Amino acid sequence: MPDLLEHHDVVDSGRLEALLHGDERPARVELRRQVARLELELGELFASAFPRGGIEYSVAPAGGPRMLGVGELEEVRDALAGRIADVRGILADRGYVEERNREFLERVIAEPEKYHWVRISNEDIGEPGCRHWHARPRLGLIGMLMGWWRIKLSSGCPLAQGRAASRTNSPQAFELQVAQAAQAPWLQAAPAAARRAVSGRGPQAR
Amino acid sequence: MAGEEEIAGLPAEGEAAPERGWVAPAVAGELPGLGLAWTTVEAKSGRSPRQVKERLRELSNRFHGGHAIQMRQRPIPWAYRVFFRQIGLDPDRTRTPIEELALQRMKEGHFKSQSQLDDALTIGIVETGVALRAFDAERVEGRLGIRASAPGESLEGRPGELPSGTLVIADERRPLALLFGATAEGRGVHPRTGRIMLVAMQVKGVPDISVEEALWLANACLTI
Repeated sequence: MPDLLEHHDVVDSGRLEALLHGDERPARVELRRQVARLELELGELFASAFPRGGIEYSVAPAGGPRMLGVGELEEVRDALAGRIADVRGILADRGYVEERNREFLERVIAEPEKYHWVRISNEDIGEPGCRHWHARPRLGLIGMLMGWWRIKLSSGCPLAQGRAASRTNSPQAFELQVAQAAQAPWLQAAPAAARRAVSGRGPQAR
Repeated sequence: MAGEEEIAGLPAEGEAAPERGWVAPAVAGELPGLGLAWTTVEAKSGRSPRQVKERLRELSNRFHGGHAIQMRQRPIPWAYRVFFRQIGLDPDRTRTPIEELALQRMKEGHFKSQSQLDDALTIGIVETGVALRAFDAERVEGRLGIRASAPGESLEGRPGELPSGTLVIADERRPLALLFGATAEGRGVHPRTGRIMLVAMQVKGVPDISVEEALWLANACLTI
């Protein structure tokens, strides 16, 4: 990777002379280096965001494949920088909501009798998988009347291919999530946690 | 170990040194590191033999979701993403060859066997990360290279002229394909093709040895 990120001599020593002669090549070289660095940052964000879906990573193409001029490279760079800022913002918002949800989950687990019917999913706390915690009464109606509340932990993701694929956190379930995350630009539905981040609400009793 | 034995058992025909293509000086000056390498194989594409299908299965078992997620941070896939950005393509819309295959693997649960040529390209690309494609060697005139399209040029069988300056893979007469894009009609491999030209597209950050390995792997899978 370093050879794509390094500063070239032509940029450092020849920049002034080249600019004086109207040569834009050093500027293009420098812009390409910046694009490479920003692409690396975006890749790191993509990896760290998993399993969160619904995040837009794409940047408008500049009508390639062709050699781009300074202005077009600047547009690519600025669009990448803008996209990185957007993704960082979304992840920060979701991280905040997920952290609050984790704290809330600890309280629910500690005192389920205070949080009747509250249900918190893995998605709410930014974890992969379909597990959820549900504050429910023991023995149904009797438990409700007697105040016997407990946390019921779900068994995982629904079966994708019949009983043979019933293992919790199966590779198939994980890979499906990967495919969905990779297709993020086409995912329209924002996850529940993101919607809560926008509305400012925490997990609700369902 | 079974996989290693299979790799060791690949035939020696795949060891021919690849030829290097030309890059127009204007393009080479602007995009250093861009290159083309190819090797020609006397082979027809048809159904994959058992060994290639087994190799594909073994590759599917080794390639998991974690690989797909981390792929953008690995040097070679990242180098292609960077190059796509630098030539005005969005790699999230026009996917790099390795990412296209990774997405298919995740959606379908395995690398699906299609034909011997497709399987050979899949194996070469996934094992090394290097972008590969194929042409009908009988329809290529002279040496292959990369250049910008001239005004008025078009891609055979495709409507309209190419925008001037479009980067194309060309022989000494005409453009054969867009760089990382569509192939001109009749220049790709078809069922009657007897000689296949395997082409690796190298960008800055992709080492020569990976390019040679990609071609060697694809070549070997075609000559089993």
